[in-house]
Amino acid sequence: MFDLFKIAVRNLIRYKRRTFLTASLIAIGVIFVLVFISVSGSFKNLIIGQVTDSMLGHMQIHRKGYVASLDSLPLTMNLKPKAVEKVENVLKPMPEIECYSKRIKFGGMFSNFVETTNIRLNGVWPEKEFKTVPLLQSRIVKGDKGIKKGEILIPELIEKGMKVKIGDSVVIIATNQDGSVNGKQFRVAGVLESATGPGGRDGYIHIEDARDILRMEEMEISEIALRLRDFSKLHQIYASLQSSLSSQRNSKGKPVFEVHTWEKLSPFYNISRMIDLMTFFIKLMLIAIVLVSIMNVMIMAVYERIREIGTIAAIGTMPEKILSMFIIEGFFLGIFGTVCGIVLGTVSVYVINIMKVSFDFGRNTGLILSPSIKVWDILVISAIVIVVSIIASFQPAFKASRMEPIEALRHV
Amino acid sequence: MGMSVVIAENVYKSYLVGEISVEALKGLNFTIEPASFVSFIGPSGSGKTTLLNLIGCLDRPNSGNLTVVGTNVSNLSRRQAASFRGEHIGFIFQDFNLIPILTVYENIEYPLLMVKNTPSAERRKRVYDLLEAVGMSEQKDKYPDQISGGQKQRVAIARALVANPKIVLADEPTANLDHHTAYMIINVMKKMKDKLGTSFIFSTHDPKIVGEVETIYTLEDGKLSNG
Repeated sequence: MFDLFKIAVRNLIRYKRRTFLTASLIAIGVIFVLVFISVSGSFKNLIIGQVTDSMLGHMQIHRKGYVASLDSLPLTMNLKPKAVEKVENVLKPMPEIECYSKRIKFGGMFSNFVETTNIRLNGVWPEKEFKTVPLLQSRIVKGDKGIKKGEILIPELIEKGMKVKIGDSVVIIATNQDGSVNGKQFRVAGVLESATGPGGRDGYIHIEDARDILRMEEMEISEIALRLRDFSKLHQIYASLQSSLSSQRNSKGKPVFEVHTWEKLSPFYNISRMIDLMTFFIKLMLIAIVLVSIMNVMIMAVYERIREIGTIAAIGTMPEKILSMFIIEGFFLGIFGTVCGIVLGTVSVYVINIMKVSFDFGRNTGLILSPSIKVWDILVISAIVIVVSIIASFQPAFKASRMEPIEALRHV
Repeated sequence: MGMSVVIAENVYKSYLVGEISVEALKGLNFTIEPASFVSFIGPSGSGKTTLLNLIGCLDRPNSGNLTVVGTNVSNLSRRQAASFRGEHIGFIFQDFNLIPILTVYENIEYPLLMVKNTPSAERRKRVYDLLEAVGMSEQKDKYPDQISGGQKQRVAIARALVANPKIVLADEPTANLDHHTAYMIINVMKKMKDKLGTSFIFSTHDPKIVGEVETIYTLEDGKLSNG
């Protein structure tokens, strides 16, 4: 086998320029794919981080049907204390869940005593909320980095539109689930920068204040946002939660809860899927590049070496050995191009990291890309190139192995 | 004298040139004994190369029986023919046909390595013996494009003999060499025949080297005129 490798390598060295050009083409393809995967992956992770850590959390649990009517923030679909307790009994023993935050979500009117506008509010336990969505505090661009009772964090849009300042008194008016209206005065404690995605323009108050305004006799919860210790286990934990909570049925035998990952809650998931789709097509392009370039070079190699093939066949070399010789040659060409591509691709990604390329996404500005190459991606790309190299070499190699020595020896 | 290495019985071979069927060999009958030094001579188109191709199992006769080293080779499959060639036949080509990416040593070693899978120590001994015998020890690490035509043909002879074949076939082995070198090559072949007991069968139309040959068959228009 070693001798077949030696012959293959020498044949590649024999046509230096052609080998270099073909390997360069493969390397460029590999660099392109690696840089694309790492940059798009970095972009994706950054935005997913923004979406989940600013407001959504990694997962959310609601009463069944709540998400379908999320736009109206229906108070009638809140979870009752018993239901919340059942959920917490499932969540607390799970070590994979870092923390969770219970929220009361509702719509109301915001008045500065001169003008009135509508507002979406989240009543939260501040400490738990800040742990569950750690970027929330960094979104507070003015005022206190916390939420106390009697205080409100308002979105930037309302601050500007209603000309409200930190420390001003405002009134929140809301209708409770019985239809009665109630109002409560708040001090503006901070201003929240908007974030892309659902809930990105919401205000925040303490959960006890939300209960007061909505005149809840007992603490009802609209949603429970979860943060996982390891985000990569999202789907695994989702499946586990889903199975635990789906066993909870109401008196009509229907499921009480619904669990959603961030993917079902944010429109960015569609962009993320488009990025995945583009990555898939970029990989297809790489396959095409490798297939065409290797097949072309191997067809040329066979054509130029017809007399040599005739000679070795006449000497008694078996067809399968001739087949192996050419396949190994294509295989090495693929490996050479892949190794060059991986080295140069890694260097390119390193350079992008050094350059600290920044971009804006929605209202998030100055996000810095930090692309990285995963070992898994390198393995997948290498496997693609190597397998395609072998496939591309097969046809010319098969032709060489089937050549009649007498005809090959006559070839001029 | 042992069993004949080649027995041809009424061998016919024709092939198509365009739409015209050309009869290259017309009922040949001859035998070649072991350790003989035989030449088929004749003008171009007389059928010399066609006959060597049949003996070398590179082609098959249309009719008749051709027995080479005790095997009827008239109906061997592709794989059987390849295996038979590797086992029993060595080839020397007019254009030397050395593999350009292999050194002199590696070219000679090729049949043992890639065809017969001979163990390393035995391979090494055999290659060194033949390098010595054809006077190419000094050039063993050179590539074919670094040696002369005569030296290339010596390497080709060594390569043809390295697997210890019963027969070496040489189609116009001296056609691309000057007279002096051609004479030397013929002598190397004769020496190897005497040393190893291999039968050398070659075609030529060079009258100057015909004198060195033990047995001559003259082919004219696909027939043996002195068979």
